[in-house]
Amino acid sequence: MTFEYHEPRELGPALDLLARHGQDAHLIAGGTATVLLLRQGLLRPGHVIGLRRIESLGGIARTSDGGLRIGAMATHRAVERSPMARAYSPALTDAFASVATIRIRNQATVGGNLAHADPAQDPPPMLAAFGATVTARSSRGERTIPVADLAVDHFTTSLAGDEIITEVVLPPIVEGTRAAYLKFLPKTADDYATVSVAATLRLASDGTVAAASIFLGAVGPTPIRARRVEDALRGRARGDIGEAAALVGEEIDPVDDARGSSEYKRRMARVWTERTLAQLLR
Amino acid sequence: MSTHRLRFKLNGADRDLEVPADRLLIDLLREDCGATGTKLGCGIGVCGACSVLVDGELVSACLVPAVFVDATAIVTVEGLARDGALTPLQDSFIREGGFQCGICTPGQLIAATALLGEHPRPTRDEVRSWMMGNICRCTGYYGIERAIDRAAGAR
Ligand SMILES: Cc1cc2nc3c(=O)[nH]c(=O)nc-3n(C[C@H](O)[C@H](O)[C@H](O)COP(=O)(O)OP(=O)(O)OC[C@H]3O[C@@H](n4cnc5c(N)ncnc54)[C@H](O)[C@@H]3O)c2cc1C
Repeated sequence: MTFEYHEPRELGPALDLLARHGQDAHLIAGGTATVLLLRQGLLRPGHVIGLRRIESLGGIARTSDGGLRIGAMATHRAVERSPMARAYSPALTDAFASVATIRIRNQATVGGNLAHADPAQDPPPMLAAFGATVTARSSRGERTIPVADLAVDHFTTSLAGDEIITEVVLPPIVEGTRAAYLKFLPKTADDYATVSVAATLRLASDGTVAAASIFLGAVGPTPIRARRVEDALRGRARGDIGEAAALVGEEIDPVDDARGSSEYKRRMARVWTERTLAQLLR
Repeated sequence: MSTHRLRFKLNGADRDLEVPADRLLIDLLREDCGATGTKLGCGIGVCGACSVLVDGELVSACLVPAVFVDATAIVTVEGLARDGALTPLQDSFIREGGFQCGICTPGQLIAATALLGEHPRPTRDEVRSWMMGNICRCTGYYGIERAIDRAAGAR
């Protein structure tokens, strides 16, 4: 690997460098994914642009409407430990805290996580279930992308080559909404999920489900939205979740790998969807 | 390849050197600074052998680009003892047999130092979830756990 390393202190110059070098440039945030890809020769950029000195990309704060803004360069551990993130939802901090080890969480950033787009990652399904969006900046302007639409395939996002994620914005949570993130780890506690389930759920005053948002990790090329399960839950009472959870099998497309066969993951997806719903309806 | 001048503190001493852009922290420490206490294990951020503190934060030196440590303060296993006096944690590792072959020990000590910095009296769950990523190939985990408990005043 031979490249020029740049470390601009402002977003503007970083965007200029990206626009100027196009395909030949690669961003590095925490570096946990990029260092490995560079070393394996899977990335061979002529220019690497470090984001660590750009202060405007940091920070975690409540928004004026009661939502939450997480700067792209906030580390996983900063989110996990943030009282503001916990006040937004403990399920959010759970999702960040379930990533690998403290060492990885100290180094890996939220923007890097979302841009890396490994379907087995923990934060994306939870952020998607909360209806979060990312803000993407380029020298051409700024746009907002729902986290649910960011990943389009394994390790592939809908970001253009000249765009930088500047922040993740979570909308205010509707009163009475419950949320949970469950990660199935049959081998070691620091592993990637075999299956993970992120869900938010709101009950009506009569105890039936008024709204549900459910995303699964590690069972398809991107986080998968379990629409059929959501639809089946709406208007139902707490008793009948097993039937709804069973519909998850029609949504997912897991692959055989070291974490289990496709068939096993399919079964586990149903079990863990049901457990997540049971926890939310307890 | 661009080169970069790095000024940082290693175990309290000022360092000033020039490295190529693709240098990793583990090589900066072992090759450029001669601080070979930190070991290279898996090289992919999993095993914890290369655990070091950068500005107090526990990280894997095999995953950190050297250019990231400019203007930081790094602590490795060599920086724990002061004037030959072991820290209570190091002493506890000896008393409790917190190692067998020793290759993972520098990483275990650094990870546990960070743990006790944040949780001076950690619960059993806190010890286990914090130390979980520091692998001991000899499976000497009970000794490591006892050593941490002892250093925290729990035994
Ligand atoms: C040992 C190990 C175990 C892991 N286990 C887990 C796990 O259990 N769960 C989990 O969820 N993840 C896991 N991961 C993956 C980890 O979450 C990602 O590697 C990490 O989030 C990437 O963030 P980073 O800041 O280090 O990104 P970098 O490596 O710096 O960048 C990753 C990618 O994102 C791009 N990028 C970075 N920042 C931006 C930005 N602001 N805008 C646009 N593009 C950007 C980079 O160009 C690069 O392509 C693990 C990784 C390792 C090494």
